[in-house]
Amino acid sequence: MAELDTSGGGGKKGGKIRTKKMSTRVDLTAMVDLAFLLITFFILTTTLSKPQAMDMFMPDKDEKNPEEQLDVKASRTMTVLLGSDNKIVWYMGVLGDNPPTVDNFGKSGIRSSFVDANKKVVAGTGDPKKGLMVIIKSTDKSNYKNFVDILDEIKISSVPSYGISNKIETAEINLMKSQGAYKE
Amino acid sequence: MPKVKIKRKSTVTDMTAMCDVAFLLLTYFILSATARQPEVLPVDIPSSTVTVKVPDKDVSTLTIGEGKVFFGVVGQDVRINTLDRMAEQYSLTFTPGEKKRFSVIESFGVPMSSLKEYINMDATERMKVKQPGIPADSGANNELKQWILQARYATKELHGVDLRFSIKGDSDEQYPTVRKIIDILQDQNINKFSLITSLEAEK
Repeated sequence: MAELDTSGGGGKKGGKIRTKKMSTRVDLTAMVDLAFLLITFFILTTTLSKPQAMDMFMPDKDEKNPEEQLDVKASRTMTVLLGSDNKIVWYMGVLGDNPPTVDNFGKSGIRSSFVDANKKVVAGTGDPKKGLMVIIKSTDKSNYKNFVDILDEIKISSVPSYGISNKIETAEINLMKSQGAYKE
Repeated sequence: MPKVKIKRKSTVTDMTAMCDVAFLLLTYFILSATARQPEVLPVDIPSSTVTVKVPDKDVSTLTIGEGKVFFGVVGQDVRINTLDRMAEQYSLTFTPGEKKRFSVIESFGVPMSSLKEYINMDATERMKVKQPGIPADSGANNELKQWILQARYATKELHGVDLRFSIKGDSDEQYPTVRKIIDILQDQNINKFSLITSLEAEK
């Protein structure tokens, strides 16, 4: 019959079969490498995946007495209008008194404008506490990213105070249109 | 002169202990990491340079994208309590099973009328179904306002702290949609809230 046993064990009757003793030591280096790689991965994903939160304060909506508003000298204010295509139009003080400037986001754009304007205002008032007051007016053509970016720029350029206003006048829209920052 | 023989030391180190430690740490990190829930409304959040982290409790997230708004609140107990209050407002009833199912939903965007149906779907179906967002138009049918209000009551009752709100908006979202949500919050005298952003290196 067909036999599968092909071992030559039968030849040595009574002889002890000696198995070769193998070393029990395993090289763990690769395993440790892998483990640390995974640890690094988990540490980084647990702490870094948490999103950041930008705290934002809106002015109190006081409908009972709308006259009660913060009085700031017009010379200290800078109105920033957010338009379409990531464009910014800003002017100092009252509309019409000072020529508007078209700016973009970034280091050499609105950020340096903020820093310069703040310096000028502080020099004008002579009091470091009475710095620039930025009024942000986000138009319907701007997107959420512009809004977050402008708040971020304000924080970076350490503008002392800012406010968010939803009252956009027609004159301001027209101004933006003339500067090509408001597309229908 | 006979050569001075320097005994060669074996370069093989015993890795067993190191391996043990590594796997112990690995196990710890895997177990402590919270599994990330799939997002129902994928949004591309804008980046900023702030490094303040979002708190992980007593916070509600309003996700805004594609002109829709989704509501979510952290904490299973708060969710159940909020649902109870909402059910009372809209004279609906939810079974304990449905409440339990609702308590694990991270964020949702369905009107009250189809909420029951949505709760009874299984997870894969929920991902597939197109959610219309929570009605947030001004007027009597402002369900988002109710959700916000009831979630605030629920947090106050259960934890004794004020619920914080964070807005998670899509970068390309038009500002009027965001303003609508901010107005709803401001109508309830919530003037402080957070905008969720991702980290950006300072330019």
